Amino acid sequence: MGERRTWPIHLLLIVASVIMVVPFVWQLLTVFKTTPEVARIPPAILPEEFSLHAFETFFSTVPFWSMFAVSTGSLVLRVVGQVAVAALAGYAFARLPFPGRNALFGLFLAMLMVPSQLFLIGQYGLIRDFGLLDTLPALAIPGMFSAFGTFLMRQAFMNMPQDFEEAARLDGANPFQVFWYVMLPMAKPTLAALTVLTGLYSWNDLLWPLIVSPSGENRPLPVGLAGLQGQFGTDYPTLMAGALVCSIPLVLVFLLLQRQFFRGIASSGLKG
Amino acid sequence: MWWALLFIAPATVGLVALYLWPFLSTFVKSFQDVPAFGPATYTGLDNYVELVGDGEVWKAFGNSALYTVLVLLGIPLAVVLAALIEQVSRGRSVYRVLFFLPVVTLPVAVGMVWRFIYNGDFGLLNYVLSWFGIDGQFWVADPRFTIYAFAAVGIWMGLGINLIILGAGLQAIPKAVYEASSLDGAGRVRQFVHITVPLLSPSIFFVTILTVIAALQMFDLIFIMLRSVNNTALADSKTIVYLFYEKAFVQFQQGYGAAIAIVLLIVIMIATALQFRLQRSWVFYG
Repeated sequence: MGERRTWPIHLLLIVASVIMVVPFVWQLLTVFKTTPEVARIPPAILPEEFSLHAFETFFSTVPFWSMFAVSTGSLVLRVVGQVAVAALAGYAFARLPFPGRNALFGLFLAMLMVPSQLFLIGQYGLIRDFGLLDTLPALAIPGMFSAFGTFLMRQAFMNMPQDFEEAARLDGANPFQVFWYVMLPMAKPTLAALTVLTGLYSWNDLLWPLIVSPSGENRPLPVGLAGLQGQFGTDYPTLMAGALVCSIPLVLVFLLLQRQFFRGIASSGLKG
Repeated sequence: MWWALLFIAPATVGLVALYLWPFLSTFVKSFQDVPAFGPATYTGLDNYVELVGDGEVWKAFGNSALYTVLVLLGIPLAVVLAALIEQVSRGRSVYRVLFFLPVVTLPVAVGMVWRFIYNGDFGLLNYVLSWFGIDGQFWVADPRFTIYAFAAVGIWMGLGINLIILGAGLQAIPKAVYEASSLDGAGRVRQFVHITVPLLSPSIFFVTILTVIAALQMFDLIFIMLRSVNNTALADSKTIVYLFYEKAFVQFQQGYGAAIAIVLLIVIMIATALQFRLQRSWVFYG
């Protein structure tokens, strides 16, 4: 294949890439326009003068930094919780025999198949009854437990050679020490994949935060951004500026950790 | 053994309290009338009977089904693009990053940008269509077009994920197969049809399953593009998960909402089982 010309392929891919990127480019051009400028027909491609008005409006109406803190805080809580809980359970399912192990794992698998909406009414009831509505933990708690994460970690541990464990055990290490010092370091790629996937879902999630933040206090970015849209329905430069500012943090993380993102998606592909 | 129980305890407590119990309570509530305040009462199959006679529910399932079928059109597109990306050596990672950008953009932000592009008066889409002499439409304000408009965004958003999964599948195809067929004089198109697609079919099947499940749960786009701005097209454009949200968490008819969720579960199970049955005729396990 090496001798074949690749420029026709590049041409097709470039056309496709341009179509993919046009919405972002249009957004970037719009944030520097004024509201009347945006409503012009036919639309002006470039802004007449680079106005920063949209950003000023956005930052003066939306408590961006507190929303950012809520998004980040709940993400950290959810990721750390889920990775810890799933790694422990995944290791037990893979390596530590106990009575009823297969039946319990079957229950995890069954919950993995159920769409998330089936849990929302009950999870909401628990959060409300514990007085946690409109709090940061409410955003993170259900996502700290994941049948999917447990499944992923179990697969990782099952694919590891037994020799290291046996050697450590003969040296007198207890199961937790074996897990912590021997097995967990070998599971790093899977831990990274799970971290990235969980972080992505946590950051992007809209439905659960909508449900557990009824008062609008402690809102993460998606809920706050949706509120901004309700408030500034046709002030497109401000809306585009808000969408841009709120999206940039994760895009930057992605650009730094591309490999982990791709690995995470490839190892699971599960959405939501 | 005690160690095992310590390891497994946190996950099991969480699973039972936050998944198994809520699931069972949704099931039970679907047979109850659950007022916003006060005790629930058992009403047998009333919620399901009401649901079957509720035009709004049928409309929502119809919308979700249409959306799902339309989003599936993105899969052949993803297969072709994944194969093209696999063919080039330079720039491969650049293409991957560009196609993946919508995945790492907040879905709420994606909805906002596309709502602007779809604007009937001065949106970019109508402007581009005018170059070809095509009349503009109110894509998200006219219920005749909303589901199609959502599906285009859904394909655009899901492409990056599908490309990664399909790309991993492509790399598992032995290069020798292509080399042998090149010696036999097969061109790229023939190789794609006779080698790539059959050998990739398990990955295509996997992507199809995931796409259908995700599409049947579409919520974010409709919330952002219609509900958050009180667009009147919402009434005719509700998807099944949106209707569930509205019943269970806006109107707080949790019994009725629970029944909708149970029906959604059944629909997803049937759709998935159907695909596993159909795969026998097209998925190739070498």
